[in-house]
Amino acid sequence: MKRRSFLLAATLCGGALVVGCARPDRQKVRGGALAVRDGQVALNGWVKVDRDGIVTAVMAKSEMGQGVHTALMMLVAEEMDCAWSQMRFDYAPIDPLYGNVTALSEGVPFRPDDAGTLARSARAAMEALMRQLGFMMTGGSSSVRDLWLPMRQAAAATRATLVAAVAAEWKVAAADVAASDGVFSAPGGRTIKLGDAVALLGPDPRVVDNASLKTPAQFKLIGRPLPRYDGAALVEGKATFGIDVRTEGLLHAAVRMAPVRGGSVRYFDGVQARALKGVVGVASFPAALDGTGGVAVVADRWWRASQALDKVAVEWDEGPMAGFSSAAAIDTLRHALDADDGFAFWKQGDAKAIIAASARTLTADYTAPYLAHATMEPMNCTVHFRGDAATVWAPTQVPDFARKAAAAVLGLDPGKVALHVTYLGGGFGRRLEVDHVAQAAAIAKQFPGKPVQVLWSREDDMRNDFYRPACASRFAAALDEHGRIAAWHNVSAGQAIVPGYFPRNAGLPIVGPDKTTSEGAFDVAYEFPAVRVGHARVDLPVPIGFWRGVGHSHQAFFKEGFLDECAHAAAADPFAYRRALLARHPRQRAVLELAAAKAGWGEPQAPAADGAKKARGIAFHESFGSTVVQVAEVSVGSNRAIRVHRVVCAIDCGLPVNPNTIAQQMDSAIVFALGAALRGRIDIDAGRVKQGNFDEYEPLRLAECPVIETHIVPSTEPPGGVGEVGLPPLAPAVANAVFAATGQRLRSLPLALAA
Amino acid sequence: MTTLNINGQDRTLEIDAGTPLLWVLRDDLGLTGTKFACGRALCGACTVHVEGTATLSCVMPADGLQGKRITTIEGANDRIGAAVKRAWIELDVAQCGYCQPGQVMAAAALLKAVPRPSEADIDRALSGNLCRCGAYPRIRAAVHLAAQRLGGRG
Repeated sequence: MKRRSFLLAATLCGGALVVGCARPDRQKVRGGALAVRDGQVALNGWVKVDRDGIVTAVMAKSEMGQGVHTALMMLVAEEMDCAWSQMRFDYAPIDPLYGNVTALSEGVPFRPDDAGTLARSARAAMEALMRQLGFMMTGGSSSVRDLWLPMRQAAAATRATLVAAVAAEWKVAAADVAASDGVFSAPGGRTIKLGDAVALLGPDPRVVDNASLKTPAQFKLIGRPLPRYDGAALVEGKATFGIDVRTEGLLHAAVRMAPVRGGSVRYFDGVQARALKGVVGVASFPAALDGTGGVAVVADRWWRASQALDKVAVEWDEGPMAGFSSAAAIDTLRHALDADDGFAFWKQGDAKAIIAASARTLTADYTAPYLAHATMEPMNCTVHFRGDAATVWAPTQVPDFARKAAAAVLGLDPGKVALHVTYLGGGFGRRLEVDHVAQAAAIAKQFPGKPVQVLWSREDDMRNDFYRPACASRFAAALDEHGRIAAWHNVSAGQAIVPGYFPRNAGLPIVGPDKTTSEGAFDVAYEFPAVRVGHARVDLPVPIGFWRGVGHSHQAFFKEGFLDECAHAAAADPFAYRRALLARHPRQRAVLELAAAKAGWGEPQAPAADGAKKARGIAFHESFGSTVVQVAEVSVGSNRAIRVHRVVCAIDCGLPVNPNTIAQQMDSAIVFALGAALRGRIDIDAGRVKQGNFDEYEPLRLAECPVIETHIVPSTEPPGGVGEVGLPPLAPAVANAVFAATGQRLRSLPLALAA
Repeated sequence: MTTLNINGQDRTLEIDAGTPLLWVLRDDLGLTGTKFACGRALCGACTVHVEGTATLSCVMPADGLQGKRITTIEGANDRIGAAVKRAWIELDVAQCGYCQPGQVMAAAALLKAVPRPSEADIDRALSGNLCRCGAYPRIRAAVHLAAQRLGGRG
């Protein structure tokens, strides 16, 4: 009762905001017309065409390695019927048209197959709200899903309008004009190139906006493994990341932030530093947007600035994290499980009662630590403040939050801040935060007229992250006489990201339970007869944020580990046990079956080169609209080292737009997850983050990388997410394999075998 | 004043004592292809060649390099460098691409020393180059492809 009314209130709040507002379309820029070059035409906010036959996709998403620029350009090229060689892109201006609707409206706390009235209204209300607000965001594995229809519609409309112009010129029916490879033609042999067709458009062409989209059977580009558009530039070192921004008169800033996260400067003395060669000034900046305050040396070279920091005397005020210990926090989370069953995200029947009455039960506790993002490109931002206007260059996933943060610090209207998005040397969710943008603005404001690039050291970056929250989870299950799960009860405890993130970045209070706290635990396809999955929110002072996979990143480890324990207790095969729980979910089941078949599940395996036994573990996980199943082949070395030899990965991501970039993303997520599973941990003691560089927070190295085989389920369903979905099943697949190899059940990350 | 030979060109600069080569390349010479990621020789993003040997430029003082031939990603266009870059592009190795100039330089140095590297050779030579995007499987394949093309053998 309480849960229903709470959710209803949240839905109505969202809905009330959109009552009276027309549902904005996803074709037109709202803040005026899209800027075009001479001779260039834009019939909508997504596609520009010019008389040279160049087709420019308006790019609202940031490229951080996920291949999104390539994929979105393919959508446009397909519906434009132009050649791939004619495609370019321009970054989108900041405008609500380019807002992310999909990722943000997935935040409603409902299971994917919940088609009830409340779920549908909540989704619709949130979608309408997000269309209205229009926050630009790259994240949530949503770019292709979010723009699958809008960008294709825009390209189809552009093509159809050109066709109409050609048909009028040739005095034929539009239906008689064909388009292929950037050339329009009609029966009889007449042809005209796309660029020349653009010249036929009058000053105010009647846009054909009801053009139909191609069917998958008609796709010529979509579905092909096209190489990355930017591949050559990246290899040559020619792509401009935020750190590579160079502009006339650029100054460089190095910073020292308070050793206790969230602290600030009480007093500083920069006199000695200011006297050093090349140093232009020393400034302090406040803790902003849940960041940390500190001092900056601004110089003509970054190295000079960073060396001069040693000469700045600083006294610190400790912030809210003073005295905090991550070890104590994990204890706090475990104890929270004793007290509270948390908010129920999934409830069916009375699992607790069934378990209490059952003769055969299992329980287990699982934990996962804080984790850092550790993008290869450290945090940086360049700001040029000119008094009444400013320019900002940022490798950011959130251009409009970045602009807003800079504008607020500089005392400017956001319209006076020109923001340029660069390439990102990794994002993983870290660059959804704009703490370092506000910091750069606070520093640059003290050097008006000079562009200042603030660059963090690796230590700054690792110790001032917004960490993946630590989490503790408790499971209990009752097994029937056949070993099948009769009831499943799960409560997790940890911090909630969303109640901090949206107020901090969007100035928006968020109503309702934070779905990211339980995602991966409650939104699972398994058919349990009775179930309760809840999360107890625990507020701790650690700054947390969206890490790749978010809630799925640890909940999948917990859920697939405990499920494996149930299978073992039932003396059942882990693959067959999972398969039986997906009887009414054929699409998900097919992914499980594909992975098992390709991995040779059940077939004997030769031992590892050193003679150690090899074993397999399997894990199934659905997230961000896609299903991924992985089988890990693992052996354990004489020094208890866990070696992963091969990972077989099956994915159903709906229609695969680019199988090449999908395979890249599976490699990516698996390597990212494996490094975290084997070694990832962030320890905080007395409010200070221990790990500072790659020696103490060591990602996976090439020598440790398994053979990875990816199999994409053929599909014509709308695309699902790709960027994060390969991560959640990896840790449990490995842990389940370790159990099969050793009999040791590992319930904590990072994985460590006992002697 | 220090004279450095970068990509075949002599450049004479005023360099503070102890300044790592990485920062001279990036901030004095505008050669931003070589990247900063750790500052402590832990990740390989700053890999350049000094006399053809892979060198971590973030800890290498520039003022000690007078008279040495320094090659950066921008200038790695000899037969080996070009073959490595071509293999990288053909196999679509780069994801975010930030670490890839360092990977390419490490691979080129390996192939100069070991024209037909084994898996263990590749492990040893390239495990110092971190990639947070997980391009390792394709990096390995691209090293083999480049070796094959250069040696004319599979």
